[in-house]
Amino acid sequence: MDTSQDRNVLTDANLQRIEQLKTRYQNPQSVLLEALWMWQGEHGWISEEGMRYVGTLLGTSYHHVLGVVTFYTMFNRKPVGRHKLELCTNVSCMLRNSERVLKHIENRLQIKTGETTSDDRFTLVEAECLGSCGTAPVMQVGDRYYENLDEAKVDTILGELK
Amino acid sequence: MERLLLPSIPEYHRIDVYEAHGGYAMLRKALGMNPAEIISEVKASNLRGRGGACFPTGLKWSFMPRDSAKPTYLCVNGDESEPGTFKDRQIFECNPHQLIEGTIIACFAMGINVAYLYVRGEYKHWIDLVQKAVDDAYARGYIGRDILGSGFSMEFTVHRGAGAYICGEESSLMNSIEGERGYPRVKPPFPAQNGLWGCPTTINNVETITNVPVILRLGAEAYTKIGAARHPGPILVGVSGHVNKPGVYEMPTGVPLLEIITAYAGGVPGNKKIKAVIPGGSSTMILRGEALEGVCMDAESLKAAGSSVGTAGVIVMDEDTDLVKVLWRITKFYHHESCGQCTPCREGTGWMEKILKRFVEYNATQADIALLNEVANNIEGNTICALGDAAAWPVQSMIRTFREEFERRVRA
Repeated sequence: MDTSQDRNVLTDANLQRIEQLKTRYQNPQSVLLEALWMWQGEHGWISEEGMRYVGTLLGTSYHHVLGVVTFYTMFNRKPVGRHKLELCTNVSCMLRNSERVLKHIENRLQIKTGETTSDDRFTLVEAECLGSCGTAPVMQVGDRYYENLDEAKVDTILGELK
Repeated sequence: MERLLLPSIPEYHRIDVYEAHGGYAMLRKALGMNPAEIISEVKASNLRGRGGACFPTGLKWSFMPRDSAKPTYLCVNGDESEPGTFKDRQIFECNPHQLIEGTIIACFAMGINVAYLYVRGEYKHWIDLVQKAVDDAYARGYIGRDILGSGFSMEFTVHRGAGAYICGEESSLMNSIEGERGYPRVKPPFPAQNGLWGCPTTINNVETITNVPVILRLGAEAYTKIGAARHPGPILVGVSGHVNKPGVYEMPTGVPLLEIITAYAGGVPGNKKIKAVIPGGSSTMILRGEALEGVCMDAESLKAAGSSVGTAGVIVMDEDTDLVKVLWRITKFYHHESCGQCTPCREGTGWMEKILKRFVEYNATQADIALLNEVANNIEGNTICALGDAAAWPVQSMIRTFREEFERRVRA
């Protein structure tokens, strides 16, 4: 069984993938975002250990990695629930009632935006434009987009995400 | 009109279907041409960049040195993060091979051997779709060493971002590929001299590149006859907000905005009046509903109307829309996305957001209108990149165009 989740390392498969990716750029540091994606994929969030580990792999300093992690909004700098609900509230979604959908989720989950449910199942955050304005309002959960949302659809989705 | 960017052919995203309909034939044709001839053809087509700036693509290509001692690069910009914009995603999903074919042709024309397609991190699903298409193109010998026996070689890498609007700005995009924070660079030097890793680099939008095989197929002269004379070609228009059928529609440039809203996007729900339209993504200047007559979806017409074509993301707002709240939300976005390098943008966007919040809450003073305008004026033109302008323009244009919306919220 793969125990990388507990070991603060990346899996061998990901390490091999990083070596392949390095050959596609002039500088190994270019693989940084992808390596951080791998870390987040394996561990759920990016800890200081993760940043130090990835920095060593790519020959860049911890403080550089920290600067990058804090710049990009998709990296989790603390643990999040099993399902991170990212609801777009930007203009096109706002015009199609994303605010109402956000309130509905808050009420259903009994949390405020930015919080995680006590069972660690859901974290709710507001997202900036997700590039899905034609099917607004939209919510991203992991790699998946849920589009044309309304209260009923949200209820179904929340029920399905265990 | 025949759809040239998003053809209505089932399964067109699959390489065998794409090939069966003439896909990659323009690559074969290009490889038999003189590279300078291809650049001349793209210049003659008057193709202008579809990422917002409308810069002539052929001219941009001609800036690349022919005899660079350093490697040269093409970055294809699929960061697509301007609110109201969702067109490149359609290309990733429905026509990835035309994007890939255009990329290879562009590389051959400029003598580039390495291309990166930068895609926003949120689009993981679409990155997987494009990666599959790239893998298929490698397998058939369209990408890689000695392409189709031509002696020309190139590598194609899909690069995933991680959530940052600013990375759609071309110099930020290059920094992001280098594994840096996405800070814009001071220009000059321009990317064609000093780009990715200090090497000559061209950055083109996804939709722009997808037009390249079309130009070779139709010929530049026929291409210039599509749509508006000074901004020709097919264009992907994304319509969102208060319309019955929001979505991405392909059309020639120069279609009247009102026709786009009514004929393509099915009109406004409940037949309500149009209060305002943002024609080209959130940074473009807002237009009054009553002033849309005669305004068309092309660079010149929208410029004359006091706005710009931007990314052709049309946001429609009906008569019941709270425009001050819309502006507050847009400004909150630019505040959130400001990279923080330049003081006017970093501080000014936050300041504007706070002032606008007072208007939203009917708690502003008369002096706040002038203050808001002044802050916007002090951001515009005073920053390294265009994000500052993008944050200032909606504010300036909203005050100019809908002053009454602010006046009626001033506290007595």
